[in-house]
Amino acid sequence: MHLGRVIGRVVTTRSLPGLQGEKLLLVRPLDEQREPCGEVLVACDAVSSGPGDLVHVCDGRESTLALHERFVPIDATIVGHVEEFTHDGPGPQHGVGLPRSAP
Amino acid sequence: MFIGKVVGTVVSSVKDPKVAALKFQIVQELDEYAKPRNRYVVAVDTVGAGQGDLVLFASGSSARQTTLTDGRPIDAAIFAVVDSWDVDDKLVYRKEGLEAFGRQPAES
Repeated sequence: MHLGRVIGRVVTTRSLPGLQGEKLLLVRPLDEQREPCGEVLVACDAVSSGPGDLVHVCDGRESTLALHERFVPIDATIVGHVEEFTHDGPGPQHGVGLPRSAP
Repeated sequence: MFIGKVVGTVVSSVKDPKVAALKFQIVQELDEYAKPRNRYVVAVDTVGAGQGDLVLFASGSSARQTTLTDGRPIDAAIFAVVDSWDVDDKLVYRKEGLEAFGRQPAES
């Protein structure tokens, strides 16, 4: 799993039957300083995220376990919102997610 | 998963019987602003995507989790055709023919 920031939404109509109703979001992977690292990816959403949220993303086949339908070709799912995190590395050792935006 | 553009098809006459009935396409990855990345993937098409379509594809063992690819030696599968996406609330891409469905909130 890794940290990421939700930056956008993806809309599809022609997709597999098991994926109808699953939300797809663009996620920018972040390092422990919340700096971008790696390439923006598309992830399914299991926890009602929206643009701006700091989240953690599960990769691989395991990511389908968080979805309604497990037999779907999904390799990344947002499984949690990050409120705060700490680490031992250089730089600020404490980070917080942005407050959730009002609906 | 990544967004990609279908840029070609693959034809092979000698192949494993398990992949004999599948349609393979060449997908070029795109970044979040629809700029092509210099990376190409051969993926099985499970939704009937056409040349030039922007699609989503999954990699690794997840690609086997469709009725078409289950139990077959496949590690990349196209599973959706992209209609539109936005980044930071700005529309980046919308498929041709869908303009009437995508009015911005300010206009309505």
